[in-house]
Order: sequence, then C-alpha cells, then structure tokens
Amino acid sequence: MKRSNKPIFWSLFGAGGMLSALIGPMLVFLTVVAVPLGLVSKQTMDYSRALAFAQSATGKLVLLVVISLFLFHGMHRLYHTLHDFGVHIGPGAKALCHGLALLGTLVAAYLLFKLGWA
Amino acid sequence: MSAPQTYTRPIAGWWRRNPFYRAYIVREMTCIAVIAYALELLVGLARLVQGREAFEAWLASLARPWPIFLNCVALLLIAYHAWTWFEVMPKTLPFINLGGRRVPDRTIVASGAIAAVIASLVVLFAFLYL
Amino acid sequence: MAEPQTRNIRIESLRYAPGADATPRMQAWDVPFTDDMSVLQGLQYIKDHLDGSLTFRWSCRMAVCGSCGMQINGVPKLACETFLRDYMPAIRVEPLANFPIMRDLVIDQSDFLAKLESVRPYLIPQAPRTLAEGPYRQTPAQMDEYYQYSQCINCGLCYAACPQYGMNMKFTGPAALALLHRYNSDSRDAGKAQRMEVVNAEDGVWGCTLVGYCSEVCPKGVDPARAVNQNKIESTKDYFRHLLMPRGSGSR
Repeated sequence: MKRSNKPIFWSLFGAGGMLSALIGPMLVFLTVVAVPLGLVSKQTMDYSRALAFAQSATGKLVLLVVISLFLFHGMHRLYHTLHDFGVHIGPGAKALCHGLALLGTLVAAYLLFKLGWA
Repeated sequence: MSAPQTYTRPIAGWWRRNPFYRAYIVREMTCIAVIAYALELLVGLARLVQGREAFEAWLASLARPWPIFLNCVALLLIAYHAWTWFEVMPKTLPFINLGGRRVPDRTIVASGAIAAVIASLVVLFAFLYL
Repeated sequence: MAEPQTRNIRIESLRYAPGADATPRMQAWDVPFTDDMSVLQGLQYIKDHLDGSLTFRWSCRMAVCGSCGMQINGVPKLACETFLRDYMPAIRVEPLANFPIMRDLVIDQSDFLAKLESVRPYLIPQAPRTLAEGPYRQTPAQMDEYYQYSQCINCGLCYAACPQYGMNMKFTGPAALALLHRYNSDSRDAGKAQRMEVVNAEDGVWGCTLVGYCSEVCPKGVDPARAVNQNKIESTKDYFRHLLMPRGSGSR
C-alpha cells in the first residue's frame, strides 16, 4: 500500500485548527466586530497603529502565521467537506485547495515584505 | 453455486439522515468562516500597503450593515469551531495518566477551553495596550 | 399470577429477496409485545407466527456475539438490546447501513471480515516465547492501555455509522483500526512496525474525518474514533521519520 502524503496537510490543518480555536473567536470579535461597531476604540486599529504592527517583526510573524495557518486549515477541511457532499471535482481538487492556501500565504508574505520595516 | 445478487443502497444525502451527521457537517462548514476571515485579513493587509486612504476606506466598509452581519455570523461559526475542536481533542491524544489515574476526557476538553480563554485574554490585552 | 400487559406495535421491515426483487421493499406487521421484549424478539415473533420467510442474524440475545446489528429507525443498534417499548407506535427495521444487502436484514460482511484480517490481529512478540519461560506478565496499568479496544464484538455498527466507509469501501474502517490499535497498545506485542503500512495508507487512518459517530453507536465502549485518530499522530511521526531517515522507515 502506498504511503499517504496526508500527514503534511493534516499537520498544517491541525496547527491552523488549534490556532483558530485558541484565538480565532477573540481575533474575529476584536478586528471585524468590536472595532467597526465602536465597542472598542477605533484607534486600536487605525492606520498608524496597524502600519506600526505590520512593520514590526512580531507583527509580520503574527499576520503571516494567522493568515497562512487559517487558510491551510480551512482549505483542507473544505476539500474534505466537498467530498462529504459527494462533490467530486477530481484529483486536481486537492492541489487546487492547498494551492490556494499556499497562494494566500505567498501573497501575505509579499505584502508584508512590501510594507517594509518600521 | 454463484454468489447471490446483493443490493447496495445509495449513499447520497447521507448527512441529512441523522442529527449527529448534520452537526458534523455544520462543524466542518465552519471552515468557510476561517477562510473568509483569513481573506479579510489579507485584503486589509493589501489596503494597508496601498496607503492611509485605502486602509481607512476599508475600515469604514467593515462598519456597514452587511459586513457587520456576515462577520457576526463568522464569529459564531469560529466560536463553534473552537468549541467542537476542544470537544474532539481527547480523541486525538493518547491516554494520559497522572498520579496513577487516567485523566478523563472532560478534563482534557476543559483544559483546552481554559487555554483558549487565556490565549484570548492575551490577544485582548495585546490588541488594546501593546 | 397476572399476565404481563400486552400491547401492539407496528414493525416495518425492509424485505429483499435476491433474484426475485429488483429493489428492496418495506413490509409491516402488527406485533403483540410485552414491555420486556427486545426488537429481536419482535422479529422472532414475526418469523414464528406471521411470516416465516423474514431473514435476520442473531445468536446470543445478550449483546456479546455481535450478530443482530441493524438500523432501527435509522440508527445502527443491536436488536437484542433495543426494546420495543421505546418505539411505540411504530418501528422501522432495516439492514445495517453501508453494507450490501444479501437478503432482508442480512448483509454481506465479507469486506468487514477482510478488513479485520488485514491488520494482523494477533500478538507479534519481540522474540518467540517458549513454554519454559511461562506466561506473559502484565500489570493492570499495562492492560488498561488496550483493554477497551479489546472489547469489540465485531458487530459492524461502527461501519454502518461511518459515512467515510459508506462513501468508500476501501477505507479500512473503525473496528479494524481499533483492533490494530488494540495490538499496538498491548505490552506483549512488538508488531507496530509491521502494522504501519495499513495505518499509513490513504485508506488507512487517513480515510477518517473524525465524524465520531462510530464511537457514539458502539455497544461496547470501544471508542474506535479514538483508536483511529491517535494513529494519525503515529502516522505523522512515522512519515517525518521516514522523510528524514529513509533507511530506518517504520522502525520503533
């Protein structure tokens, strides 16, 4: 029997799942619910503060890890859920799903690079 | 004697036949919210690169009714993902013995939930004050 | 002594006669029952008094042989430990899901049996043991590591519960992987490396998406979902070990 390559994708899925389970709810609440609704001061996410964060080493790491792992987790699960629904796009589906996660990661890395350092 | 003709029932629509399966599908579908949020961050990052005006316009767009509604839905879905993640966590771990006794599953689930609370408070603190 | 109170319940069962029926059909009977009667006893009443052609497997009547598994109102259960009193006024009985139907409530379990054989379900000791060495010794703690997985009665309810098996019969499946884990977890066994091939395959542990319904329906508390998903970590460790040290692949 051929050895499956699943461990690679499953590890990324697991890491992303754990990260999104630990901090996902709070992140989503703060950034796209609390701030827009004014529950939290809009200053916490204004241009200067966001830029300073994205230009810092910590900020770059956090943003890259969150975007990348969330995408790898989500796309892996999406791929399997499509299968559960009986939607069979074919062997390319796996490459497409994980490829999109990789693409998102690369785009994030590129954007963080373009922002430069503080 | 030839093998008798067996009948195989169709599997399609299996997930509709049982509340357990439907809950599983909801759990799996939370991935849409995780992907959507990651893409939202990516868009925000792109707007940040484009400059102050673009970023502030993006922030203003988040405050509109539809984005607020959808993001609240995403929040609920990600919260459900977090809960179900810790709920199944014991199944992925080997038996843990402490002081000669088996650590029960509910302790593992509770530990995960507590870790999430602590991590969330760290994020909250960092977001507000750092 | 007063007669126990008898009520009537409508039992509806799937019927399928190979060669005679193109597709299965449903047939219903009104069955008198007392509150202590199981679904199995209801089926036996039908066979004894109403329709002798109704075909179903059963043996021990006490949930240890694993023969009487069937879908009861859509849920995989053992008929001998499911009671008619809980299903008034009508109950629907069908053969175990995800298995081909041979006749009425009897399913083709040949694939299930093949899966069990495929995991090397026997102790593979480090070195052959002679009679002179005496029996293996095992502490209660060591037995605790594998005990629940050894309780499987091969009833097949977990395969009926597993949608991944339903969609792909090549998946090794819950009971077989629980059996594999039972041996890997046994202190007397040293055959883990030999079983890794089954674990690591696409249709090994990686066919599982942790629906978890298998553990929910298991009548013996085996918890196959746990057995399968623990081995995802083992498989991952083995994968990266193999990647980094190809010559030592699958070693303990």
